[in-house]
Amino acid sequence: MKHIRNFCVIAHIDHGKSTLSDRLLQTTNTVADRDMKEQTLDDMDLERERGITIKSHAVQMNYKHTDGVEYVFNLIDTPGHVDFSYEVSRSIAACEGALLIVDATQGIQAQTISNLFLALEHDLEIIPVLNKIDMVSAMVEKVSDQVIDLIGGSSDDIVLASGKTGEGVLDILAAIVDRIPPPKGDPEAPLQALVFDSIFNPFRGVIANIRLLNGTLRKGDKVKFIATGAEYSADEIGVLKMDNQPEKVLSAGNVGYIITGIKQSKEIKVGDTLTLTENPGEMIHGFEEVKPMVFAGIFPLDNDDFEDLRDSLEKLQLNDASLVFEPESSAALGFGFRCGFLGMLHLDIIQERLSREFNQDVITTIPNVSYYAYTKRDPDELVMVRNPTELPDPTRLDRVEEPYISAQIITDVEYIGGIMNLCIEKRGMLTKQHYLSPERVEMNFELPLAEIVFDFYDRLKSISRGYASFDYQPLDYRESDLVKMDIKLNGENVDALSALVHRSKAESFGRKICKKLKELLPRQQFMIAVQAAIGAKIIARESLSALRKDVTAKCYGGDISRKRKLLEKQKKGKKKMRQFGKIEVPQRAFLDVLKLD
Amino acid sequence: MSGLYLHIPFCKQACHYCDFHFSTSMKYKGEMTQAIVQELILRKDYLEDKHLSSVYFGGGTPSLLDEEELNTLFETIKACFVLGADAEITLEANPDDITEENLARWQASPINRLSIGIQSFADEDLTYMNRAHNAVEARRCIAMAQSFGFKNLTVDLIYGTPTMSDVTWENNVRTLIDAGVPHLSCYALTVEPKTALAYQIKTGKSREVEEEQAARQFEILMRWLEDAGYEHYEISNFALPGHRAVHNSNYWLASHYLGVGPSAHSFNGHSRQWNIANNAKYLKSIAALKENEEEATVGLYEIENLSPADQYNEYILTGLRTSWGVTTDKMAAPFKAYFIEGIHQFVDKGLVFEEKSVFVLTKEGRLLADRIASDLFFSN
Ligand SMILES: Nc1nc2c(ncn2[C@@H]2O[C@H](COP(=O)(O)OP(=O)(O)O)[C@@H](O)[C@H]2O)c(=O)[nH]1
Ligand code: SF4
Ligand SMILES: [Mg+2]
Repeated sequence: MKHIRNFCVIAHIDHGKSTLSDRLLQTTNTVADRDMKEQTLDDMDLERERGITIKSHAVQMNYKHTDGVEYVFNLIDTPGHVDFSYEVSRSIAACEGALLIVDATQGIQAQTISNLFLALEHDLEIIPVLNKIDMVSAMVEKVSDQVIDLIGGSSDDIVLASGKTGEGVLDILAAIVDRIPPPKGDPEAPLQALVFDSIFNPFRGVIANIRLLNGTLRKGDKVKFIATGAEYSADEIGVLKMDNQPEKVLSAGNVGYIITGIKQSKEIKVGDTLTLTENPGEMIHGFEEVKPMVFAGIFPLDNDDFEDLRDSLEKLQLNDASLVFEPESSAALGFGFRCGFLGMLHLDIIQERLSREFNQDVITTIPNVSYYAYTKRDPDELVMVRNPTELPDPTRLDRVEEPYISAQIITDVEYIGGIMNLCIEKRGMLTKQHYLSPERVEMNFELPLAEIVFDFYDRLKSISRGYASFDYQPLDYRESDLVKMDIKLNGENVDALSALVHRSKAESFGRKICKKLKELLPRQQFMIAVQAAIGAKIIARESLSALRKDVTAKCYGGDISRKRKLLEKQKKGKKKMRQFGKIEVPQRAFLDVLKLD
Repeated sequence: MSGLYLHIPFCKQACHYCDFHFSTSMKYKGEMTQAIVQELILRKDYLEDKHLSSVYFGGGTPSLLDEEELNTLFETIKACFVLGADAEITLEANPDDITEENLARWQASPINRLSIGIQSFADEDLTYMNRAHNAVEARRCIAMAQSFGFKNLTVDLIYGTPTMSDVTWENNVRTLIDAGVPHLSCYALTVEPKTALAYQIKTGKSREVEEEQAARQFEILMRWLEDAGYEHYEISNFALPGHRAVHNSNYWLASHYLGVGPSAHSFNGHSRQWNIANNAKYLKSIAALKENEEEATVGLYEIENLSPADQYNEYILTGLRTSWGVTTDKMAAPFKAYFIEGIHQFVDKGLVFEEKSVFVLTKEGRLLADRIASDLFFSN
């Protein structure tokens, strides 16, 4: 055990986490040079394109130290978005140390900070690494000072490195051995293994990634997940090399995987504790059931594809246990599913995966949080509202409550004003503010969850130039003056665009949506009135003039091909339309309608 | 019968809306004619039927060809193909090139039809478009051409220009009617990507092109020309009886044609191909082809084989633009049912007119030709 090191990497996007990880894998010969592709760990296309880690990844390396001793390194890569902060916290809980990678040309950025504090809370040993020192614009001294400000220590503790040239990579490896403590734990104690991730494999079923805190796990053991109570047998266990490598035994301190024949991801909960049925250990502290925060209807573009969509969602759920869904029907859209997501990024990813991996073109309704409604007839009975259409009629409604969160924002003092304004605009309340250092401040707010769902995170980033971290936890439900706002096209409700909004914001929201829809709808042969309404009262309107002319003049010099291709493209666009009465609405309109401003 | 198109890729100055292939540098002009001669010789067998019903010098600005260049081209054409006495032989000419001297030598050549790029008779519009000629030249050139015996004229006009009022447009159209010009091609100004116009509009230096204005002016055009006895035989083409353009009609009726010169398009019934739109590369490819280097054709053109669905789509696209319309008789079986299912909504809306299973756009339909065609397209 004293030759094991478990660590994660904390870095802001583009500071070089993937590049440096690649170097570590190469230098330790975990990946042969010829198999090296860039960004080895981010294996979803979506991750490479967006440059963010969506799922955790874990990999084991063998490193021969300068003292000649061989060490086992388990590197656990963590997701980089607040939607997935629970997964991050479990990955951090599985480590004893963390590499804090900071781009020497950029300095410390906000996103790093919330993860850094999470790591400090778990008493992880932090190894700061200044990356990109090969660049002329590197500000080694200045950024070193920032790091010291934040976590203490001296400049000698900071490793200077370049993922590009490979400089400093050996120093990082040595520091991991010298500074990160080996895992503690008792191989003889009852088994306690933390599930920090689960991966769906179409051939093997669900694979759980685990960190053994105490005890020993042998292939074939009868095992049990404490939170779910489910029992299985350890069909295969092993360590996480670039591919899974089966082993007979895993013991305290190590990181590995277990395959139990579980077919569905939802049977394994990240944060759960794995133990043996005989002589079981205690539950590891910190388990939480991840709950969806945001709900939206997902409907097939073509009603006939309902069953295909169900299939696809089920397959997605196999490897993404945080996705939940149940059938629902809409007057305008027919049959579809109400789905629950961790946040807007998660929703976006699911939508994108449906399209890429399953070729499903869907219409997504305006997302909402879940509300509690009470009727006059029975003011004590809670009616759960996860869809604006479920809100009881105003004449029957006694009151509605909406979920609140408590939010922590860490930022530079110069952005306090801007952030205050944002939070007030979002109906938030400052509850606490304290200085971490003369320049950095932690602000605590209570905010309605609904207000942070849409553009809060992006707005915060732009107000603080990316220099604010943001984290939140659910708090409670509070009574609120909410109204249902409908969108009408030529007088017909499009229920997919209905939303519950705070009365004070209904009008401006309605106006923005109408304006956006006007941009997104293609003109048709008649005029279209786009209206926002509360009940019978119209609160905003736009009109889209009729299409007068759609004919290109020339087909010059016999260039028929070009024209044909142009019209073929038009045709393809039309296929992705949904008819509402006489009006054709493109699929994109539903995706883009919330991209306000 | 086949068609022949020659692309002469040079212009004196660049019109702001133009996305045709041309160069304002005359650097390769001499070589270009020689290369086109070569291409004619090398590709003559592209056309199975060597009888030409039409020869069309387009561009660019073919009125920039000098006497010798024109002669060489005609000699080659005659050597490679059969040019009947009644073949339509058109030269595109810009007003500023229509001089007595030029008219005299064109008259002495086999050219029997001029296509004049007038675009507008108002200086304001011409300046907006950055045309090389002015309103005075525009007015003078028609009578001049006619006096040299070119009765068979076609004139290009552009409408929808932001500087153009409905009154100016009406006057433009009436000027041509009064001058007895028997054929008109009228195009709505379109902002093509990557043109000077697109850039100027984007940066706010030019006014935007209004769809409503273009629609209105198209309607004005249809009204005046109908009253004056012109047939609206294709979306952008109008002719007095007996004066439909043979050349343009070839495109709509899927006749075979060979196009030579950079960027020129050819069609042989089952595939379309187009030459590279770059003068220097074109010259190089032709030189290599002459040396019989195998890979030379790789750089010369791109080719596209037409699937049955492509052919159906092209038939819809071209047929609907014309007054002879589309008929289910000419559609392959699988597309026929698809077409019939799709066309009815347009008949019901009064956009398409049906007679004995021939479908033709109505006046209202012509304003929406692209939308209707693309709706009827087959795609999988
Ligand atoms: N010059 C230089 N560029 C680097 C270095 N490390 C990473 N990069 C570049 O910085 C960008 C972001 O790196 P990446 O590893 O994807 O960052 P991540 O988002 O933290 O995973 C990429 O274009 C890398 O090639 C370095 O040490 N020097
Ligand atoms: S003269 Fe014709 S080809 Fe030349 S730039 Fe003007 S429009 Fe284009
Ligand atoms: Mg990365």
